[in-house]
Amino acid sequence: MNPWLEKQRHLIDFTLASLARRKTRNIGLLVAYTLLVFVLASLTLFSNALRSEAKYVLAGSPEVILQRMVAGRHDLIPPGYLEQIGRIRGVQKKEGRLWGYYYDPVLNANYTFMARPASEVADGMIMVGEALARERGLAKNNTISFRSYSGKLFTFEVAAVLSPDSELLSADLVLLSEDDFRRFFEYPEGHYTDIALSVANPQEVRNVAAKLTAALPDSRPILREEVQRTYQSVFDWREGILLTVLAGAILAFAILAWEKAAGLSAEEKREIGILKAIGWETGDVIRMKIWEGLLISLTAFLGGFLAAYVHVFHFGAAVFEPVLKGWSVLYPKFALVPAVDGLQVATLFFFTVFPYTAAILVPIWRAAITDPDAVMR
Amino acid sequence: MIELLDIKKAFNQNRPNEYWALHGIDLAVEAGKVTAFRGPSGSGKTTLLTIVGCLSRPTSGRVRFKGEDISALPERFLTDIRRQSFGFVFQQFNLIKGLSALENVILPAFPTGRPRAELVARAGELFERLQLTHRAQAKVEWLSGGEQQRVAIARALINDPEVIIADEPTANLDTALSMEFMAILEGFTAAGKTVLLTSHDPLVVESSAVHRVVGMRDGRLIGD
Ligand SMILES: Nc1ncnc2c1ncn2[C@@H]1O[C@H](COP(=O)(O)OP(=O)(O)OP(=O)(O)O)[C@@H](O)[C@H]1O
Ligand SMILES: [Mg+2]
Repeated sequence: MNPWLEKQRHLIDFTLASLARRKTRNIGLLVAYTLLVFVLASLTLFSNALRSEAKYVLAGSPEVILQRMVAGRHDLIPPGYLEQIGRIRGVQKKEGRLWGYYYDPVLNANYTFMARPASEVADGMIMVGEALARERGLAKNNTISFRSYSGKLFTFEVAAVLSPDSELLSADLVLLSEDDFRRFFEYPEGHYTDIALSVANPQEVRNVAAKLTAALPDSRPILREEVQRTYQSVFDWREGILLTVLAGAILAFAILAWEKAAGLSAEEKREIGILKAIGWETGDVIRMKIWEGLLISLTAFLGGFLAAYVHVFHFGAAVFEPVLKGWSVLYPKFALVPAVDGLQVATLFFFTVFPYTAAILVPIWRAAITDPDAVMR
Repeated sequence: MIELLDIKKAFNQNRPNEYWALHGIDLAVEAGKVTAFRGPSGSGKTTLLTIVGCLSRPTSGRVRFKGEDISALPERFLTDIRRQSFGFVFQQFNLIKGLSALENVILPAFPTGRPRAELVARAGELFERLQLTHRAQAKVEWLSGGEQQRVAIARALINDPEVIIADEPTANLDTALSMEFMAILEGFTAAGKTVLLTSHDPLVVESSAVHRVVGMRDGRLIGD
C-alpha cells in the first residue's frame, strides 16, 4: 500500500487508541457535541420541512374561498349561491366544495372527509391519506367501515392511498364521491361547505373579493395571499424562537470548544513531547489531532443529524412540542414529509465540524512546535 | 561518527535567569562503541545528549553527524535524522500510558508509513530478543520497572537506528536488572551500533561493556 495512506492509517489507529484511553472525557464531549448537532439539525430540518409543506398547501389551494357566515360563524352555502355569484371578470372557475370532519373513535383522531366528482372517486370507494392508511393498516382494495354521526354503518373499499407529497395536506384525508358524502353526513341536497374560485391574475383577486361581498353580503372571502401572510407570520415567530435556541446552542458549543482548546492537559502535552522526541514531526502530531477532531466531529455530526432526522420525521419533532402548539391547532395531526435541503446540511456541517476542528488546532500547534527536549527531564 | 565543536548551550538566554549549562564542549564519538558520560547532577549530561540526539539545538557551536553539519538544519530534517538514526531510552522511560507495550514500541515508525504487519513482526523480534513476548499486549502501566525499560529499549530500536542514546538507563533498576541492561549493551556493540549514555552508576561506568567514559563538571568535559 501507498506509504502516505499507510501513515494516515497509523495516525487514525493511534487516534482511536488515544480516544479510548480517555473514555469518560471523550464520551462526555461526544455526547455534548452530538446533542448540539441534534438540536441544530432538528431545527433546520423542521423549519425546512414546514416551509415545503406550506408551499404544497398553498400551491394546491384556490385563490379565493368563499364561506357563508351566520351569526359570525361559518355555515353551509345554501342552494343558488353559486348561480347568484354569476359571472365575475377574472374568475376562471368556481366550484362548490363539500368537506367535513369525522371523528374516528378507533384512533381517537379527526379525519377530513372531502367529496370528489364521480369521475375521480366512484360511489362506494374512498381514497385515503398515507398517515391514515398507516394507522388503520389499510391498503388498496381493503374495505373499511365508518359509523356515521346518525349511527348508520357505511362500508367503503379503498381505491388508492394518496401519495404523500405533503402529509400536512393529505395525512388525514378521506376522498369519497359526492353522493356518498351527502349520504354519510346526511348533508342537505344542493348545499355546499364553501365555494372555491380560481383567479388567474393576482392583481384581480382583491376586486373579485369586493364583488363577492357586494353580491353576497353574508359571505366572507378568504384570500390565499392572506393565508400566506398568516403562515409567514407564524413562521417568523417560530423562526425567532428557533434562532434564539440556535444562538444559545452555538454559544454553548463555543464554550465547549474553548474549554477543550484551553484544556490541553499536562499529560497530553507530555505525550506530544514524547511523540516528537521519538521521531514524529510537528506536522504528524497536528495531522493526528486533525484526525481526532474529525473523528469526533464527524461522529457527532452523523449521530446528531440522524437522530434529528428520526426525531423530526418519525416523531413529529416531539421535543419542540411546546413551540408547536399553535401550529397543531391549525392542523390537528400530521407527520412531516422528509425534505432535506443540501445547502442547509452543508451549512450545518460547516458551522459545527469546522469550528471545533479549528478550535482544537491552535493549542495543539502551540504544543507541537515546542522543542521536544523537555521529555528528557 | 559524531563530532561536537565548541558546543555552548544557554537556557533563557538574554533574560535575568539566563543559565549556561554547557561552556564549550569539543568531543568526537567513535562509531560502534559505547561512550558513557559521568558527572555530578547538573553538570550538563542530559543537555549534551539532547543536542547530540537532535532534540534541541546548541546556542553556539557545531554538531557533525557522519561528517555533515546538522546544527543548522531546519526542524523537518532534524526530525528525519532523529527518527532514522537515533533511538532514545529516556530516564523516565516516557512510555505512553494506556497503550499496550506493542503499540508503544511501533509508535516511532508511524511517520515512516511502513505497513503495520511489518512493524508488528519487527516488534515481535525485538520482544523475543528482550524476553518480553508474553507481555506484548499488556498495558505499559501494568509492567514492572525492568519490563518498562525493555519496552523503552525495544521502542528505541524499532527504526533500526545507528545510534542509541540512553539517559540514566539504570537509574530505576536494581542490580540484577542493571546487569541485564549491560548484557543488552554488549549486544548493541556486537550489532555495530553506537551508544551514548549517561550514568552515575559505578556498575555501568566501570563495566567492560562501556568503552569510554567521559567526565563532566559544570558544563565542561574533564579528561577521559
Ligand atoms: N530548560 C531549562 N531551563 C533552565 N535551566 C535548565 C533547563 N534544562 C536544564 N537546565 C539546567 O542546566 C543544568 C544542566 O542540566 P542537565 O539536565 O543537563 O544536568 P545533568 O547533568 O543531566 O544532571 P542529572 O545528573 O541530575 O540528570 C542544570 O543546572 C539545570 O538546572
Ligand atoms: Mg540528567
